[in-house]
Amino acid sequence: MAGFFAHAGTAVVVWIFQLSMIPILVWFERKASAFMQDRTGPNRAAVAGIRLGGVIHTIADVVKLVFKEDITPAHVNRFYFNLAPFMAMTVALLTFIVIPIADSLVVGSTTLHLQALKIDAGLLWIFAVASFGVIATIFAGWGSNNHYSLLGGVRSSAQMISYELAFGMSVVGILMVFATLDLNEIVRGQGHLLFGFIPMWGFVIQPLGALIFMIAAVAEVNRTPFDLPEGESEIVGYHVEYSSLKFALFFMAEYVNVVVASAFTTTLFFGGWQIPWLPTETLEAHASKVLLITCAAIAVGAVALAFVSMRWSRSLKALYTDSRRREGDIWAGVLLAVAALAAAGGILVLLHPLEGIAPSVFARLAQAGAFFGKVVFFSFLFIWVRWTLPRFRYDQLMSLGWKNLLPLALANIALTGIILRLLGR
Amino acid sequence: MKIPSPEMRWHERIYLFEVLRGLGVTIRHMLGNIARQHEMPTYQWPEQKKPLPVRLKARHRLTLREDGSPKCVACYMCQTACPARCINIVAEDSPEPTIEKRPRIFDIDLLRCVFCGYCVEACPEDAIRMDTGEISVVSHKREDFILHMDFLLRGQGTEYMQPEPAAEAATVKGKPIPPPDTPEEALEGYEAATKPPVPSSW
Repeated sequence: MAGFFAHAGTAVVVWIFQLSMIPILVWFERKASAFMQDRTGPNRAAVAGIRLGGVIHTIADVVKLVFKEDITPAHVNRFYFNLAPFMAMTVALLTFIVIPIADSLVVGSTTLHLQALKIDAGLLWIFAVASFGVIATIFAGWGSNNHYSLLGGVRSSAQMISYELAFGMSVVGILMVFATLDLNEIVRGQGHLLFGFIPMWGFVIQPLGALIFMIAAVAEVNRTPFDLPEGESEIVGYHVEYSSLKFALFFMAEYVNVVVASAFTTTLFFGGWQIPWLPTETLEAHASKVLLITCAAIAVGAVALAFVSMRWSRSLKALYTDSRRREGDIWAGVLLAVAALAAAGGILVLLHPLEGIAPSVFARLAQAGAFFGKVVFFSFLFIWVRWTLPRFRYDQLMSLGWKNLLPLALANIALTGIILRLLGR
Repeated sequence: MKIPSPEMRWHERIYLFEVLRGLGVTIRHMLGNIARQHEMPTYQWPEQKKPLPVRLKARHRLTLREDGSPKCVACYMCQTACPARCINIVAEDSPEPTIEKRPRIFDIDLLRCVFCGYCVEACPEDAIRMDTGEISVVSHKREDFILHMDFLLRGQGTEYMQPEPAAEAATVKGKPIPPPDTPEEALEGYEAATKPPVPSSW
């Protein structure tokens, strides 16, 4: 029973994380791109003067998309047309559930797996479910009964199928090294140290595999520089005919896919929930100390940010006359409250060190935090790459996938095999 | 003509290091802009007004004589010159013995106006000007865009050249604004630039 609750709880956490990452990624996309191009980006929409640096615009967007008229053109194949956006979103949400967000927790005689779906072939589940995304694209392109949609759908599915090969082959190296398909075991295997001081993360022992995987992942989720399916300057792509919430579903599925791809990258090549140099046992043994350091860091960081907010508040007051002029003060207050809370927590931990099951639970929470932090970083990397590189031409895309990445992935498998043989494993 | 592309070195051809270099460029811009937001070139309009050029053709106004009556003599020159046909004048007799006519109705439909400034050029009396500096004319109703004579006469013009009341206007983008011309000075310059020289035989 406890095991069921662990799975269900993890599923809820993971889905909430995925869905709440959508507005954050949209915000990253706008604000980061703006700053990269020397613009200021969104800073107008506000709730009672609180603008959150433009996050409120995303809420305004959602309201707009929900209340727009949902047009189903007369010429479409209704069944496939309506199925496609829901399928895209479902597939995007289903892939994440096999990924462990923290190490398994042993309570008494039961082991709680912090993994919504605990199956031994987790790696295969990812590839099996993720390839359904192509079908959603084909349905959308075909069901729209529009030449541009169809071209976009065909192009998109050709791209995704081509890169699925390199995507799958690049992971075989990891599979050979860790000799398991269980994702939690793979992550636990990355906790060892190489030569005694380098964490044995996937990208250290499989650099070529990691590189190919990340490039193929960008192509797989249709992001720039491989975003030919939605190349707005040439053809608009498979979602031309969609409007309102159905378009929003495609749009959100893209961001969920980004999160999922980042989570795979993290799990397979960047240590998953591992905190470098702090394996689970060490973390449990020194839980109080780590918590104390965390509290201190949060308190100091919040105070520093509060000072920045106060300085910012002065420039706001010079610029605005409405409720926005108070925003800096409000943030300073919130940050000081956070700092006070963290300091109080730190003092509490100092007086009453963690004992019993608390250190283990804290260790899992810290690992989950590390995992989600890494996922957010890699999601940002997707956006960062998007606003740096121009789009590939279709023939360049295909030649990169088939003539470069696939042979390199195969060579990587051979090389890994030879090295493993020489090491006698 | 074939433009020869430069020969690429091996590290450029594999593209990977160039990608990293590009990522470096974008992140440098991003972090630099986050750290120095007030130095970014964007004006936060409408809170932060960009200084407008003095000769900008903005919303119209009608000018007054010394005694406070409109300068307009209802000659229909501006209405005739207007390519958008946005001016509507109805004339009436002027009580002044030296002046023949004055406008009873002087309407400008801003939704038709193309802001070409021909009306200002056509006016023989310097009665109409486009120097109010009003560049954002907004309303929820169409009727509000038809400006009537009393409104046009009230628009004093050169609002944007007057020193703003609060200390807020002291800086634009961290740099002090050069002291603005007084309205009189600005108007003098404007009149000198727009009025044709008066022949001495008059």
